[in-house]
Amino acid sequence: MIWENVTLAASSLKTNKTRALLTMLGIIIGIASVIAIVSIGNALESSVSTDLAALGTANITIAVQEREKENAIGRLRPPTGVIITGKTPTSSDLITETMISDFKARFADVIQGISISYSGGSATARDMELYANVSILGINKDYATANTITLLSGRIISQQDIDGFANVAVVSDKLVENMFPLGTDTVGKTIKIYKPNSIDIYTIIGVYEYAQDGPFASTASDRDMQTVMYIPVSTAKKDVLEKNFTSFTVVANADEDITQLTDSFQSYFDGVYAGNRDWKASASNLTLILDTVTSTLNTITLAVAVIAAISLIVGGIGVMNIMLVSVTERTREIGIRKALGAKTFHIQLQFLIEAVIVTVIGGIIGIMLGLALGVLASLILGVAASASIPMIFLSFIFSMAIGLFFGLYPASKAAKLDPIEALRYE
Amino acid sequence: MLQLREIVKRYFIGEPNELEVLRKISLIINEGEFIAIVGQSGSGKSTLMNIIGALDRPTEGLYILDGTPIAEMTDNELSEIRNEKVGFVFQTFNLVAKINALSNVELPMFYKGIPKRERRERAKYLLSLVGMQDRMTHMPNELSGGQKQRVAIARALANEPSIILADEPTGNLDTETGNMVMDLFMKIHREEKRTIVLITHNDELAKKTQRIVTLRDGRIVGDESNIAAFERGSTV
Ligand SMILES: Nc1ncnc2c1ncn2[C@@H]1O[C@H](COP(=O)(O)OP(=O)(O)OP(=O)(O)O)[C@@H](O)[C@H]1O
Ligand SMILES: [Mg+2]
Repeated sequence: MIWENVTLAASSLKTNKTRALLTMLGIIIGIASVIAIVSIGNALESSVSTDLAALGTANITIAVQEREKENAIGRLRPPTGVIITGKTPTSSDLITETMISDFKARFADVIQGISISYSGGSATARDMELYANVSILGINKDYATANTITLLSGRIISQQDIDGFANVAVVSDKLVENMFPLGTDTVGKTIKIYKPNSIDIYTIIGVYEYAQDGPFASTASDRDMQTVMYIPVSTAKKDVLEKNFTSFTVVANADEDITQLTDSFQSYFDGVYAGNRDWKASASNLTLILDTVTSTLNTITLAVAVIAAISLIVGGIGVMNIMLVSVTERTREIGIRKALGAKTFHIQLQFLIEAVIVTVIGGIIGIMLGLALGVLASLILGVAASASIPMIFLSFIFSMAIGLFFGLYPASKAAKLDPIEALRYE
Repeated sequence: MLQLREIVKRYFIGEPNELEVLRKISLIINEGEFIAIVGQSGSGKSTLMNIIGALDRPTEGLYILDGTPIAEMTDNELSEIRNEKVGFVFQTFNLVAKINALSNVELPMFYKGIPKRERRERAKYLLSLVGMQDRMTHMPNELSGGQKQRVAIARALANEPSIILADEPTGNLDTETGNMVMDLFMKIHREEKRTIVLITHNDELAKKTQRIVTLRDGRIVGDESNIAAFERGSTV
């Protein structure tokens, strides 16, 4: 019964293909945009997640921050991390080596390492007419645990390098290209580093692969780009009076709950800084950023979904309109069918099925179009395409529901026609 | 058997232009009768046919079809009565345009809920009965007027109705084709033993039936047996 109605409806749609297709357009556009946006959103979200994971979601950063105070105007609080007084912490407010080793001892069982870095500013490596821009980063031994450094040759900064204030450096392959165009083995070679008021000579102990889309990516040309040069943190701080740190990063063991650890680190440092009225050390992790990104993407997805829903409703009204036209056009047919014994529900079913077929075919075309758009957008954005199966299923059900909903009125109108009047209709 | 008692049909009831189209029509049609209803245009023939065919309800009066009073029925019950007890043949053929001859004949059986295979078989039988076995898969617009009417007659026979109602079935056909359709009705009457009510303007055709009922201004003004002529005609 249903199946015969389906074939019947399909054959009556075939007689007016162009019209059927135009009718479907609203549904196609609505469904396609939902599917496309959801898959692009999914792709973006997972790509952001992997990017952030590369930065280290297992990392917890402890940083010295000014305490939030009720300001003079009232109880307004400045946003976290924003120093509105412009005060700088004094040496005694900063994190000392002892504090770090005490902390390390206290949490020895949950942490893999503690990464410390100190920016030594920008400099240029020169050798006759050859040059390469670098930004100097003093690091400790655990820095490589917290951050991804892909070594191409040689080794990373060791504890002996740090203890010995050694003038050793791990440089990028880009620097090697610029400074050693002949491509000989560079490990063991020396480079001259020109700073505004000093010239130092460093021995290259390792070469790492420059990550084009990494956190330190440069937008300059290969010739002028600035790449990071890693040196021992002690060497970087040699000429600096301030020996304490404003921040350090903890690498937790893989199986630890980062959120929970962040909380316990926070309460540990709250204890350490209990006596300090202006400054504190606050613990944070990247999962917080990830959450923000995710919720932003969700908001965008929702907004597009609303727009798509409107387009689906408009599409549904289009279907209703065409079905009403179809009922009028086929008044005589309805009269004949009624004369032959069709009951109200027979006529209703016939037109409902026709409406549902229109919207379902529209839905299927929309789903395919949306998936294609999703793949295209992913290619352009350079992220992996990812389709949402539940979303496809939902779209299918939804397009069916639209057909049912917007087909109902025309179908009952058809079913209510008086057979005599309908038979007389020209 | 079919019984009409004092059937009245009015239009525009309660309005100044109230129109009484049927005025106390009483008529009994027996099983197996082949009867012609004649009358001038506007005399109420089609209105009467609609009531007999359960397409319409009378304003007043009693109508009993095969022992079932029709007056108080719902639309769906009327559909069922039409489906099972009435076969219509219209002046304008009224085939469903988008489906072929076979499917048209199957339609009444489809609405009755008869399984596909059985339906198809009977439709084929009926189409060959009306001489359309070679045109079964043709669409209505590929058929001539006479062929369309033969398909319509096959369709009217589908559910073995108690009565076949034909409202000017030859009205849109030339004389020769009209005669051929008329012969088909006579064959069906003879071989299938159906009750047939033929509405016509054409006295020649009316004279080929067993009984002639004449309407004028919504009243029956003549009801004559034509058995003698009928017997003569059918033996020729
Ligand atoms: N739905 C209607 N509303 C108002 N008047 C109607 C309606 N149907 C029929 N009539 C009127 O009823 C009268 C009888 O019409 P009917 O169609 O029964 O005549 P008929 O005998 O079949 O005529 P013809 O031979 O031309 O087909 C006519 O005057 C017509 O105008
Ligand atoms: Mg008439």
